[in-house]
Amino acid sequence: MAWFVEKTEKPKIPPAKALWAICPKCKSHFEKAVWKKNNCICPKCNYHGRLSARERIAQTSDDGTFAEVFRAVSYSDHLEFHDATGPYKAKVEATIAKSGETESVVMGTCKIDGHKAMLGVMDFAFMGGSLGTGTGERIARACEQAIAERRPLVLFSASGGARMHEGILSLMQMAKTSAAIARLKEAGLPYISVLTDPTTGGVSASYAMLGDINITEPKALIGFAGRRVIENTIHQKLPDDFQSAEYLEAHGFIDKIVERAEMKGFIAKMLEYWGF
Amino acid sequence: MKTAMDCVKLARDPKRPHLKDFISIMCSDFVELHGDRLVNDDRGLIGGFATIDGVKVLVLGHNKGSTIEENMTANFGMANPDGYRKAMRLAKLAEKFHVPVVTFVDTPGAYPGREAEERGQAEAIAKSLEFFSRLKTPVVVVVTGEGGSGGALAIAVGDRVLMMENAVYSVISPEGCAGILWRDGAKAPEAAEALKITAPDLKRLGVIDVVVKEPAGGAQKNHKVAAANVKKAVLAALKELKDVPADELIEARYAKFRAMGNFFNC
Repeated sequence: MAWFVEKTEKPKIPPAKALWAICPKCKSHFEKAVWKKNNCICPKCNYHGRLSARERIAQTSDDGTFAEVFRAVSYSDHLEFHDATGPYKAKVEATIAKSGETESVVMGTCKIDGHKAMLGVMDFAFMGGSLGTGTGERIARACEQAIAERRPLVLFSASGGARMHEGILSLMQMAKTSAAIARLKEAGLPYISVLTDPTTGGVSASYAMLGDINITEPKALIGFAGRRVIENTIHQKLPDDFQSAEYLEAHGFIDKIVERAEMKGFIAKMLEYWGF
Repeated sequence: MKTAMDCVKLARDPKRPHLKDFISIMCSDFVELHGDRLVNDDRGLIGGFATIDGVKVLVLGHNKGSTIEENMTANFGMANPDGYRKAMRLAKLAEKFHVPVVTFVDTPGAYPGREAEERGQAEAIAKSLEFFSRLKTPVVVVVTGEGGSGGALAIAVGDRVLMMENAVYSVISPEGCAGILWRDGAKAPEAAEALKITAPDLKRLGVIDVVVKEPAGGAQKNHKVAAANVKKAVLAALKELKDVPADELIEARYAKFRAMGNFFNC
């Protein structure tokens, strides 16, 4: 190689994604630091963006009160499922290694403004928040422990639906969790369901819609079928705000849209009304 | 050797016996009752009281229809929220008079439509799962054709779950799964295999209790024999459940679904 070869290496510019947060609703660009500082809420349109389970837990439970349970209940690869991109096991193990979580819902006991509760938070970053056998098992156990300890259940959902890599048994978690919720309610305990962006498919069609109250955050996507599936079925374009938190509230399926900053206080207030 | 996709094709065969065929062959009478008392009478999911060999039951089922006109009005058995709410209303009535419920599952899935979402498809299915888990009368489920995801499960929480030999029951259609995980809908046969959706597979997984035999070549070859086999299996299940006290019944039903997918000894 000659000494006079021109250096053609391009200067390293970080990709746009690393620098900018783009609001998925209004498409405005913000510096990542600005987005983070605003608690992942769009400064322009007030869309309440996704949080990790740990961030939610920190914002919902009283400092130092959250004690995680059922962490050993993780995914199950009973079908030894493989798809075009490889084995499910490799995918989920990579997710576990990256996130430090062992399932799509993190469950624990805690206090919320002094009220004792069983708190569960789903993490969309874990396999799209999908409902697997481990997720369903954690929720069912949480209901049973809540009954035994007389704790209200507060559950934040964020999910694309059932986890198809676990086949029919992921579908059965819809029945299992709904049955466990039914028993919790029969025992006279409150269940507050918080449907965060996005809550769709088998999760919205089971425990997420079964709250004594169903609450959500501004502009969250909530629905059963996907927008494209519906548009392809009915051959019509759907309104922009279809399946938004505001749309669901207007149609009677959401009790209240709560700002993130008010969420903890709102939950505590409800528990207070109900004597818990 | 029959593949999972062969079963999918048989389960969707338009000549396969549908709800009304089963009712007319199995029941000596049937009185359909209409409406959810809120907005509508869904045609994709219908119900009414019937007699099977002298046993009075409530029949609920997805109504795919056997003619084009029927297919269209019934959305090929894809129920709207109104259908699930009607099913709950009728099942509540059956509970009041201690009449057992027999459900027939045969749907591609719950209807993905604009009004369906606006009237709360997710909420209707969720409520149905919760409701049937606590219903204080026996519930016998028969998956006769396509058990399509949440739309099927909404009327499939029962004390005994029977499934016809060539029926399929899945969390997602093989085409849908292939489209997402294979990025190619044509890979549906691979997806069907991987998902484990056939009656023998589901029996192994503990999701169903009984596989109901079909006539050689499939139920479409002989409706009478197919329905007679279903009838026998339904009557046997009803007999087992007849004298179980209601509280024991719902505790056993809870335990049944509670055990599904509990692989965790911790």
